[in-house]
Amino acid sequence: MIRLKPGRHAVTLSVNGKSLTGSAEPRTLLTDFLRHELKLYGTHVGCEHGVCGACTVIVDGRAVRSCMQLAVECDGAKISTVEGLAPDGVLNVLQQAFHRHHALQCGFCTAGILMSATQFLAGHPDPTQDEVKDMLSGHICRCTGYYPIVAAILDAAGELRTAKPIHKETP
Amino acid sequence: MKPVAFEYCRPDTLDEALLLLEEFGADASVMAGGMSLGAMLNMRLVRPAAVIDIKRVKDLDAVRINGEVRTGATLRQAVALEDAALMRAIPLLALALPNVGHFQTRNRGTLGGSVSHADPSSEIPLALVTLGGSVELQSKRGTRRVAARDFFLDILTTMRQPDELLTALVWPKAGPSSGYAFAEIAQRHGDFAIVACAAQVELKPDGSLASLDFGLGGVESRPMVVDTREFLGNRADADLAARIAASTAAAVTPMSDFKATADYRRALVAALGARVLADAFSKAGKAPQ
Repeated sequence: MIRLKPGRHAVTLSVNGKSLTGSAEPRTLLTDFLRHELKLYGTHVGCEHGVCGACTVIVDGRAVRSCMQLAVECDGAKISTVEGLAPDGVLNVLQQAFHRHHALQCGFCTAGILMSATQFLAGHPDPTQDEVKDMLSGHICRCTGYYPIVAAILDAAGELRTAKPIHKETP
Repeated sequence: MKPVAFEYCRPDTLDEALLLLEEFGADASVMAGGMSLGAMLNMRLVRPAAVIDIKRVKDLDAVRINGEVRTGATLRQAVALEDAALMRAIPLLALALPNVGHFQTRNRGTLGGSVSHADPSSEIPLALVTLGGSVELQSKRGTRRVAARDFFLDILTTMRQPDELLTALVWPKAGPSSGYAFAEIAQRHGDFAIVACAAQVELKPDGSLASLDFGLGGVESRPMVVDTREFLGNRADADLAARIAASTAAAVTPMSDFKATADYRRALVAALGARVLADAFSKAGKAPQ
């Protein structure tokens, strides 16, 4: 059993394939730990109650809200953030499709949507438009409108099915 | 906002979890997926001295299907949906689960957490109440089962005592000829239901109504099952569905809130209820999907 009193404790996560350690209070949210301790500012903080989806990251293979879990809860977990999609600064297939379809304007919601879409496409290589919309219902975009986002995800799915697997599920 | 400072406890075994609950009692919040508790912590609607994270308690997410179905408290909603045998055993849950939050919250949220949280518009409590299932509670004092229809007392209030842990949900297994239907109206798909309706139906060979469990969520302060005994024996058709829904709508005392007035909810019970009942009637007598 682990018991952590209020105060700072070491937390180690595997983030985008790298083992990273920082310190967190028991109450520190995973979002804040990623941003302020690990300096990974790609993950955004929106509503802090699980509705808007901006903070979505992949934890142990599943897209989840990082604002509604504690950093200490995730100690030892494998986490993928938006930074891991383009490790060498080259946009992956999904990101390029977002670019092509103008699927972002301000970009605030984009990081979360990309992470949801990454897990979604790994399990749904040939999704219908309705399935994409259902997945997107967990995200709020206030400026782009959802149609370019749906189009980008469907386009990326098609490209991933036909192209060589240059985009793999992130670790 | 951010949570208040608290002690974080992560038991590995059920016994450790129960000892912690005995120690902290009402000063502790139990966390599984955190999809309700996380928001309440962030908004400081709860200010616990300790958070007891039961996610890694061994075997607490186990599924057992025999004469009845037992789903461990920490079984994730997404994992339940992917379990074909479980979804065949509880067809009403299979219909309700896709309406629970979003893909991203079902990945983390648990069946037990939703029932413990006891939001009156939640789908999993409604399914459990409609089917006549029960809740297993354990503490250092012992284990007890409480019928779901007794467990929910009011908004976010249940019969769980401060030293008790909800360890499992117990579901009756689907009958081979029962019909099931579920539908809800929400502002967006995945939002909390304004009104949700669930039904379990058995018909006699002549097509008349043998039994009916008609459940409503989001209407009153807890998930409820309507007394429909006066309609048994009638021919189960769209007309009967509309009559039952209309009589129910006249009898309930709906909530009013920022999403919908009591009158709007009453109208939804009549319209959505008729649709759900007719759907369940049409499926009864056939093998469950």
